[in-house]
Amino acid sequence: MSKKPEKKEVGTTGHVWDGIEELNNPLPRWWVWIFYATIVWGIWYSIAYPAWPLLKGATEGYLGYSTRAEVAADIAAVDAKNADLVGKLEAADLTALSGDAELYQFAINGGRAVFAANCSQCHGSGAAGAKGYPNLLDNDWLWGGSIEDIAFSVTNGIRNEHSPDARWTEMPAFGEILSKEEIAAVVEHVRAISGQEADAALAAAGETVYLDNCAACHGDAGEGLRDMGAPTLNDAIWLYGGDVATLTETVTNARFGVMPAWSEAYHPAGGLSAAEINAVAAYVHQLGGGE
Amino acid sequence: MWDWIKIVALGLITLFAALAANWARDLAYQVHALIVMAISAGLFIWTVRTAGDPKGPAPTGYMDGVIRYGVVATAFWGLAGFLVGTFIAFQLAFPALNFEFLQGYGNFGRLRPLHTSAVIFAFGGNALIATSFYIVQRTSAARLWGGNLAWFVFWGYNLFIVLAATGYLMGATQSKEYAEPEWYVDIWLTIVWVAYLLVFLGTIIKRKEPHIYVANWFFLSFIVTVAMLHVVNNLSLPVSIFGSRSVQLFAGVQDAMTQWWYGHNAVGFFLTAGFLGMMYYFVPKQAGKPVFSYKLSIIHFWALIFLYIWAGPHHLHYTALPDWASTLGMVFSVILWMPSWGGMINGLMTLSGAWDKIRTDPIIRMMVISLGFYGMSTFEGPMMSIRAVNSLSHYTDWTIGHVHSGALGWNGMITFAALYFMTPKLWNRASLYSLRLVNWHFWLATIGIILYAASMWVTGIMEGLMWREVDAQGFLVNSFADTVAAKFPMYVVRGLGGTLYLTGAIIMCYNLWMTAFGKNQPAAVATPAE
Repeated sequence: MSKKPEKKEVGTTGHVWDGIEELNNPLPRWWVWIFYATIVWGIWYSIAYPAWPLLKGATEGYLGYSTRAEVAADIAAVDAKNADLVGKLEAADLTALSGDAELYQFAINGGRAVFAANCSQCHGSGAAGAKGYPNLLDNDWLWGGSIEDIAFSVTNGIRNEHSPDARWTEMPAFGEILSKEEIAAVVEHVRAISGQEADAALAAAGETVYLDNCAACHGDAGEGLRDMGAPTLNDAIWLYGGDVATLTETVTNARFGVMPAWSEAYHPAGGLSAAEINAVAAYVHQLGGGE
Repeated sequence: MWDWIKIVALGLITLFAALAANWARDLAYQVHALIVMAISAGLFIWTVRTAGDPKGPAPTGYMDGVIRYGVVATAFWGLAGFLVGTFIAFQLAFPALNFEFLQGYGNFGRLRPLHTSAVIFAFGGNALIATSFYIVQRTSAARLWGGNLAWFVFWGYNLFIVLAATGYLMGATQSKEYAEPEWYVDIWLTIVWVAYLLVFLGTIIKRKEPHIYVANWFFLSFIVTVAMLHVVNNLSLPVSIFGSRSVQLFAGVQDAMTQWWYGHNAVGFFLTAGFLGMMYYFVPKQAGKPVFSYKLSIIHFWALIFLYIWAGPHHLHYTALPDWASTLGMVFSVILWMPSWGGMINGLMTLSGAWDKIRTDPIIRMMVISLGFYGMSTFEGPMMSIRAVNSLSHYTDWTIGHVHSGALGWNGMITFAALYFMTPKLWNRASLYSLRLVNWHFWLATIGIILYAASMWVTGIMEGLMWREVDAQGFLVNSFADTVAAKFPMYVVRGLGGTLYLTGAIIMCYNLWMTAFGKNQPAAVATPAE
């Protein structure tokens, strides 16, 4: 290592604390200049942008900048760009939507964003659902899977107090109607018709209980009834679960799944516009199970 | 006479705590009243039994007993805080670790403030109290002022920590970040803090040196400002004197602004000014070199404390806060860049001429890494306070990475170095038990910090970009859950970084324990206090 020329020795301040001395070095030049530069920049910036509080209000800055105006302008720009398509989507005949390729693609893109922001919390970001929240990818629909049915469900929701047209049926809590033995029997019957392992003797006894109490809504063979929102029981798809414990709980206490009415006419916290509802209906409809 | 006053006071406190426990309106308050009752009853009995005992001659020399306790408390709370931090890091990666049987006590929401308070206030606070007592005595050549008041500060502060921590687990919180403890815990901390100020100031006033050393300016500004921040941000009205709930004085955006004025200056004065005080003593001592520039220390001290106090609004960009306040917060934050770096320059340049020690002395190496992370996070902070950068970084893990590169790198490393420096001297040993273990600690901690900070930069910037990603028609592309799922691998890396850091701290505790209490440790040659 080459020896650098010796720097000029600086003295200490002459103070000593517990053996610690302090050199009398000047401030590093680059440090001072950057410090000054940030101060100059700060003065300019606080003149250019809203900064100094006054008795009433604050200085507005000569650039006229405002975060709220900025975001409003961004939103307005997107709105203006999409205004045509949004107008068309709002008035669209949903069944004919897929005929207009541009509008249909717009609806699906927009619907995906609406779904991600509003629906994915319950139905999952991939729309595969969760316990108590239906899977929207399959063709098992509680209230109907046509694009119009889906739009109606989104607009009015299910079992909520906000929309007068909310889809609303209630399964009775059979714990107050049937004995424990009857419930155990009907559970075995449901397991039998859904193709699961079941106690044959109990299931046979349960068939009578089923036909007397359940078939009116769920159908004689468990095929379900959409007008009642009654789930199909003779398949392997379960909203809450098909094991004995879950089925017993469902029969005994019933279930009361609620979905908000998403229309801005009903939703207490804003909700979705007609165009957004059409978009999300189109998106959900094309996920795989649409009818 | 003094004994009688103490006996009466302790008796009354015990009685009131018993009544309070009986009439308590919630679990946290009741448990706290019982803790206070047990402690004051114990002190009452002890005071009665020792009343009138002949007092020995007033001790002379430095008061190091309380600092030894402080060193043990710092190491203990450090372990606790790092352990909880590592656990909650894995809770975020694997939500199943929010066990059903822990709901309401050990889920992420309850443990997160436990972690932040344990590392900032318990680990950092005990380190600050212990080192400030160590430094102020030696640089003032005076024994701590106020006799046993220093012991009151130590035990009182640790009681505050126990009350805060147990309160969080039982749900007593005023929901203000880093100011979670409820009103009665706040009042207690205020009393302890005033006592701390008196001890510190009293010692400075009776100093035998003509000038006040720069470390003590920083400690004093830290103590005074934290007192002001704490009182203003915790102004609240208790719902009942027998319950833990309270209502904040400020509401809405005023409350948010007060909170972040407090929150940012908790960083500025607790974690920056206080720890700079530590740096200004231990770095020149360990290096055996004079401080680089007296002038720089003056200028950057005054610039730092003047500018920091205005920077809080940068936590509230793009919120209900008016634009003008947000601009000022940003401008002061950017101007703060060089004053912050003044401390780093003074520390690093003090080491110039001692660079060879980086190879041989792992404690110097810790100090260098510490100053490096200090410099990095005090550059990153002003950058993130710029509105345009903040619109990407805010609410993302980038913030978490920023905080931890400062906390693990700067605060943690300088504290470890201080503990390694003080322990042999406080227990009168010739040297540490093992420098090899210090080296292990250094590397584990450094790699841990790098894994932590790098993983959080990656997830933070990724999630910021995912949140704002829109398609050609202006529609959002990702749901929130998509961003959470995408972060998983980096969350595991973060947890591993925490594990390394925790392992290093365990090694440190073993090393310090063996230094202080291990057999066959040679005693240092006794040196009389100057």
